[in-house]
Amino acid sequence: MENEAGALSRVAGLFSARGYNIESLTVAPTEDPSLSRMTLVTRGTDEIIEQITKQLNKLIDVVKLMDMTEGPHIEREMMLVKVQAQGERRNELKRISDIFRGRIIDVTDETYTIELTGAGDKLDAFLQALDKGVIIEVVRSGVSGIARGDRSLVL
Amino acid sequence: MELTGAEIFVRSLKEEGVDYIFGYPGGAVLHIYDALYQQQDVQHILVRHEQAATHAADGYARSTGKPGVVIVTSGPGATNAVTGIATAFMDSIPLVVFTGQVPTHLIGNDAFQEADNIGITRPCVKHNFLVKDVTRLAETIKKAFYVATTGRPGPVVVDIPKDITAEKAEFRYPDKVSMRSYNPVHIGHAGQIKRAVKLMRGARRPILYTGGGVILGNASEPLTELARIMNFPVTNTLMGLGAYPATDPLFVGMLGMHGTYEANMAMHHCDVLVAVGARFDDRVTGHIEKFCPNAKIIHIDIDPASISKNVKVDVPIVGCVGNVLRVMLDEIKSNDVRSDAAALKDWWQQIDEWRSKDCLKYDRDSDTIKPQFVLETLYRLTKGEAFVTSDVGQHQMWAAQFYKFDKPRRWINSGGLGTMGFGLPAAMGVQFAHPDATVACVTGEGSIQMCIQELSTCTQYSLPIKIINLNNGYLGMVRQWQEFFYQKRYAMSYMESLPDFVKLAESYGHVGMQITRTGDVEGALIEMLKLKDRLVFMDFLTDREENVYPMIPAGGGQNEMILV
Ligand SMILES: Cc1cc2nc3c(=O)[nH]c(=O)nc-3n(C[C@H](O)[C@H](O)[C@H](O)COP(=O)(O)OP(=O)(O)OC[C@H]3O[C@@H](n4cnc5c(N)ncnc54)[C@H](O)[C@@H]3O)c2cc1C
Ligand SMILES: Cc1ncc(C[n+]2csc(CCOP(=O)(O)OP(=O)(O)O)c2C)c(N)n1
Ligand SMILES: [Mg+2]
Repeated sequence: MENEAGALSRVAGLFSARGYNIESLTVAPTEDPSLSRMTLVTRGTDEIIEQITKQLNKLIDVVKLMDMTEGPHIEREMMLVKVQAQGERRNELKRISDIFRGRIIDVTDETYTIELTGAGDKLDAFLQALDKGVIIEVVRSGVSGIARGDRSLVL
Repeated sequence: MELTGAEIFVRSLKEEGVDYIFGYPGGAVLHIYDALYQQQDVQHILVRHEQAATHAADGYARSTGKPGVVIVTSGPGATNAVTGIATAFMDSIPLVVFTGQVPTHLIGNDAFQEADNIGITRPCVKHNFLVKDVTRLAETIKKAFYVATTGRPGPVVVDIPKDITAEKAEFRYPDKVSMRSYNPVHIGHAGQIKRAVKLMRGARRPILYTGGGVILGNASEPLTELARIMNFPVTNTLMGLGAYPATDPLFVGMLGMHGTYEANMAMHHCDVLVAVGARFDDRVTGHIEKFCPNAKIIHIDIDPASISKNVKVDVPIVGCVGNVLRVMLDEIKSNDVRSDAAALKDWWQQIDEWRSKDCLKYDRDSDTIKPQFVLETLYRLTKGEAFVTSDVGQHQMWAAQFYKFDKPRRWINSGGLGTMGFGLPAAMGVQFAHPDATVACVTGEGSIQMCIQELSTCTQYSLPIKIINLNNGYLGMVRQWQEFFYQKRYAMSYMESLPDFVKLAESYGHVGMQITRTGDVEGALIEMLKLKDRLVFMDFLTDREENVYPMIPAGGGQNEMILV
């Protein structure tokens, strides 16, 4: 998309005006500062996805659009989890974190903050693996996507 | 030489060839008004309400094909304009609307007369721009006109903070602009066009369903040629009226909720549907599951998002109607393609049988004025040559049914948004663009009161509009639904305390007439037409409970019409 002030609200407005659902959305400037790249996750029948694609393409701030799910692609999401980590729990948490290739990035006497990257279902699985009671706070970045192989979304 | 933003604004309009700008002044646009005051090229038309400025520009655009141009002040000026912007958006009409904005450093401060014009108009514009730098003003104006008029046309808003209009910059108007993310398609896919022709050649019960896109794309000529070469019946949407000559024998009338029986039956029974610049609106399709059950569908549209939106089509062709139809004609002529004459003979016989129902019949012997009779007489006396604008309601449907438009851009109405109050200001825009033409505004006593203040604008600019008020004393379209579907519980569809429209017109300096009997209709209309340079307000007291027939009730299929 054009890296312009109104661009994000045009996309968000389109989804709410037409009753489509945004599951997650990430956006940041690219190496070309006049462009930003957005990854938006939504769900719908083929017809709805076709309409969403056409409507997004119609937005003048949208420069190029690719439906990642049309081919093999990689989805990644980053999550930060703050958990209660006292006593013998500390080891247990460290172990689970290692299994999921998480990194403990902040430590206090009472807490760990764990960073975890992966596909959405891996992050879900990690949260499942934790005791409900220990989670203090979760923040997820939303999904970023890129196509596999030589397929690419560039100008 | 450096010019102020306000001067750049005016010079840019001149470069765009703008002759009229419709507007209303206020604090945020005072520099611009000052610059407008000091030049002769662009004439500013002062309306009485910003809604009317947008409708007037819209009428100008619809009747000429050129973009309509508007200027309003910040805050309430801009919010008042929103209805007109949304009206133009729904019907794909090119407008460029300039809104004043508070000075850049005050934006976001709840400053005096501040509104988020970009945010408020975002869902009802093709695009909008906030100008943040005077050096980019000219280029932004160029882009606004470019976006509004190309591809699928639509309104574009340019929001200009007051400080930008005072700052100075070098003026250079770009010859052209290109935008990497905006490249409307013109040419249709050759392979798809061939497939379409093949389907048309084999069709046994074809129909051309043509809409506003034919008018927007100035494609009446190739459409007419195509229909005649193939001997296919043609039906128009409300927005397409005039795209194909209504008096031509191939024309089966409007389709949809209040379309003709023959048009809707032909749609329902067709085997090949050729949709041209039409968007399968729900007023047209009726119940979507019952729509054209046996048809292969070809759809020509410049907007990919219109295609397969409501109805899945078999042969999509994205492109400008004019281009696509011309390529189609070449394909047909160079391969000597003929339609199936024997099948079409049967098809036409069937259509003529449906026609013989005479679905638009009404009581011609009534002494109480029938609205249909007024419009039929208006049609006859103006020889079908008038520009007819309309408001929204029963009168709109009767005008569409009874005034036969042979030419495009003569029928000016709000179809998509259905905006009451559109008719009179739109007529002003039409009359400015066509000063010598007869411009009739067909309206109802409800609708006319929504922009009645414009009678004053008409006085100021001596606009000789002919107002045909079909006064049934009811919000008739609402009353009709209440009669049919709410057991005649007429909730709020009756309006007490109507003004004396004759006196009202006279108080603005116009001529007013009230007509109460069928026998007086023709004479009064003749008198009205003689008053060439006066606005005449014709208040016809019509049959109060006349209904619009035929009608597809909500949820009905096109073959399930209520007939009179
Ligand atoms: C009270 C009321 C009753 C109504 N009843 C009816 C009714 O009975 N029948 C009826 O038909 N309508 C009726 N309408 C109008 C209806 O709501 C729609 O506005 C109308 O049907 C849409 O017309 P259209 O399909 O021609 O589309 P338009 O709104 O005119 O859209 C034009 C289409 O053409 C495309 N286009 C534009 N430019 C080009 C180009 N250059 N090349 C190719 N394609 C192009 C656009 O992308 C768009 O898809 C009624 C409205 C009101 C208010
Ligand atoms: C601004 C606006 N408000 C409400 C409506 C809903 N509406 C559609 S038709 C109609 C009645 C119009 O009455 P009138 O102008 O007298 O025309 P008639 O139907 O009687 O011919 C109304 C209220 C509308 N279309 N536009
Ligand atoms: Mg009425």
